[in-house]
Amino acid sequence: MSIGLPHYLLVSGLLFVIGIFGVLLRRNTLVVFMCLELMLSASILALVAFSRYHSTPEAPLFEGNVFVLFIIAIAACEVAVGLAIIVALWRRKQSIDLGSMTELKN
Amino acid sequence: MDWLFIIFAVLTLVPAIGTATAKNPVTAAMNMIVSFVAMAALMVLLETYFLAVLQVLVYAGAIVVLFLFIIMLIDAEKAPRAGVVRTIAAMVAFLLMCFSVLYLFFGEYAMETPVLTEATMNTVRVFGEQLFTEYMLPFQVSGFMLLIAMVGVIVLSKAPAKEDL
Repeated sequence: MSIGLPHYLLVSGLLFVIGIFGVLLRRNTLVVFMCLELMLSASILALVAFSRYHSTPEAPLFEGNVFVLFIIAIAACEVAVGLAIIVALWRRKQSIDLGSMTELKN
Repeated sequence: MDWLFIIFAVLTLVPAIGTATAKNPVTAAMNMIVSFVAMAALMVLLETYFLAVLQVLVYAGAIVVLFLFIIMLIDAEKAPRAGVVRTIAAMVAFLLMCFSVLYLFFGEYAMETPVLTEATMNTVRVFGEQLFTEYMLPFQVSGFMLLIAMVGVIVLSKAPAKEDL
C-alpha cells in the first residue's frame, strides 16, 4: 500500500485531536497555548497535502500554499499577543492556573 | 518513501502527545520542537520545500523560543495538575475523537487517493510571483497585521498604571 492523501490527512487529524486533548486536560495556560499551536499546525499539514495532491503541471494549485503562508503569519502574531496576555496575567495574579481566572464568571 | 513517511508521522505524533502530557513546560516546548521539525519533513515529502523551511524558521525557531523565554520569565510550574474528573473527561473525549478520525480513515467513508501528478514548479520564485501579483492585497494586509500585533504587544506588556491594580 502506497502513501497517499488519506494518510497525510490521518496524521493531520490525529495531531489536531492530540491538540484538543491537551487543551482539555491541562490547567497550565502556557501548555494549553502550546497545544493550540499544535492544532494550528495540524491544519497547515492538511492544507499542504490537499494542495499537493490536487495540483497538476498545467494548473499548479498555489491557493493552499499561499493560505498556509498567511496562517503562519497569523500564528506568529497570535503567539506574540497571547504570550503578552499571559505575562500580564502573571503580573496581576502571580499564577497561570486556568482555574484561578474567574473574573468574568458571575 | 513509505518508510520515511511512517518515521516522520510517528515523530510528529508521539512528541505531540508528550507536549500535551509533559509535567514540565520546558519538556513540553522541547517535544513541540521535535514535532514541528518532523512536520516540516512531511512537507518536504509533499515537495513543498519553501513552506517546510518556513515551518522550521517560524514555528520551531521563533515561536518555541518565544515560549521558552516566557517560561523563563514566569514560574510556569506553579499550575496544579489536572484533577481526576478532568483527566477522565479529557481521556474519554480523546478516545472518541481518535475513534472518529480512524473511522473516517478506515470505515465506509474512506476516500480514494487522487492520482499524484508530476511535481509542479513549487519553488520560492513561483511563490513570490504569486504573492506579489495575485495575492498582493492579502500580503499587504498581513504586513499591517504584524505591525498591529507588535503595537498591541508593547501596550499589553507595559507596566500597568497604579489605579489599575
